[in-house]
Amino acid sequence: MIKAQINKRLIGANGSFELDVELQIAKGEFVALYGPSGVGKTTLLRCLAGLEQADQANIKFNGNTWVDTRLRINLEPQLRRVGYMFQDYALFPNMTVRGNVEFALRKGSSTHRINELIELMNLGELQHQKPETLSGGQKQRVALARALASEPSLLLLDEPFSALDTEMRSRLHNEVLRLQRSLGITTIIVSHDVSEVYKLAKRVFVMEAGRIAQHGTPADVFSAGQTSGKFRFTGEILALEPMDVLYSLTVLVGNQIVRVVAMPEEALKLSVGDAVMLVSKAFNPMILKLE
Amino acid sequence: MMTYDIQPLILTFKLATVTTAILLIIAIPFAWWLANTKIRFKPVVESLVSMPLVLPPSVLGFYLLLAFSPEHWFGSWLDKELGIRLAFSFAGLVIASVIFSFPFIVHPVQAAFQNLPKSLTDAAKVLGKSNVQIFFRVLLPNIKPALISGTVLAFAHTVGEFGVVMMIGGNLPNSTRVASIAIYDEVESLHYDVANFYAGVLVLSSFAILMVVYMVNRKARK
Repeated sequence: MIKAQINKRLIGANGSFELDVELQIAKGEFVALYGPSGVGKTTLLRCLAGLEQADQANIKFNGNTWVDTRLRINLEPQLRRVGYMFQDYALFPNMTVRGNVEFALRKGSSTHRINELIELMNLGELQHQKPETLSGGQKQRVALARALASEPSLLLLDEPFSALDTEMRSRLHNEVLRLQRSLGITTIIVSHDVSEVYKLAKRVFVMEAGRIAQHGTPADVFSAGQTSGKFRFTGEILALEPMDVLYSLTVLVGNQIVRVVAMPEEALKLSVGDAVMLVSKAFNPMILKLE
Repeated sequence: MMTYDIQPLILTFKLATVTTAILLIIAIPFAWWLANTKIRFKPVVESLVSMPLVLPPSVLGFYLLLAFSPEHWFGSWLDKELGIRLAFSFAGLVIASVIFSFPFIVHPVQAAFQNLPKSLTDAAKVLGKSNVQIFFRVLLPNIKPALISGTVLAFAHTVGEFGVVMMIGGNLPNSTRVASIAIYDEVESLHYDVANFYAGVLVLSSFAILMVVYMVNRKARK
């Protein structure tokens, strides 16, 4: 179990603010830190790993004190047995894929583990290549294999899937979920993607300007306890054309273009480039399962 | 037919080899320290390191000569306590060359250390690696091109040294009479063919050394 209380002054884009959080995470739990960039999610992760020092902190892991600023205790990152996946993967360019994973082995662990992980992450064909020749998704798998090779008791994932396309992302989500469950490693993922948080985490901490604004299950947090009977989408107006007595509105929602009609009195207030919200009743929609 | 004394050439390459070896041991850790330190007087240290780049070699040679002379407290302390005389000796040349070529190895290596992503060190730390392991297995192998060019530049620069040697080494055969000095000396005595021989060897060897560096670096980047 992790019990952490961390306080640190940070310099953000809009001046300085205070990172002030208290977390409690059960053993084997998968939690997410969710929030926009620049609110201190990565810093929080780095403090847990021991790569950054807080101004004032108390971190306990399974009953061992990692950090206690009052007693001047600060366990080195080397001794914390943390698996960390960096946003830029941080693969060692001088080592092959296999070399990277091997480098992570603790003294006394068998090389058998390397073969297992390479197999598991589907890296067999790539194992003798250098990281620079790999695609983003492949690098990500190497980084995950390396983080697991050190037999961590805590796994920290810093926006690991942000650079991937949807399909690869979904595959790796399943992979991580499966591994996390079978190994029972306590895992914290930093993400600003709602669907990712929904899929992976049992619990989510929503961070805003250095504080935890909300926490609970993803369903509780993101739908605020009550499910709405409406679809809501935000988008940008691409075109606005008169059509008989109505107006036709072309709106970009995500990466889809939709065309809707607007009443003249609505259309008069709008112009191309405006951000709008489209609301529609979610009554009797067609539901198609995707393979 | 004139017989050429190749002693000055041997001495030159011996000086360059010893100097480079010493530089490798002290300049690389120093460059690493300089790349990572946050001390306030870092600009002072950086300026001091770079001084040999801008100063006329004779200035450096002049002050070293003063410091090494038995009249000076440092020189007399060395002489009395350790029995070493640095002025007009090979050991003195080595010390001067190390100082003089220091920036040539520190600059590229420091820049390379600074350009390495910080996350590499962080990643190695969370994997439980000690600082020594990180230095030798992660950092050094990833700055190989800079290491090679720094080493070779320092070597080549020592080969080409003249002013400093002139000031503190003089022209003692087998001890301080390096090739660059010998060339000057032979020209003064109008032995142009001997000077030409030394000069030619330096031109060819310098060209060969530089070409090897560029070829190796091109391969390393691929």
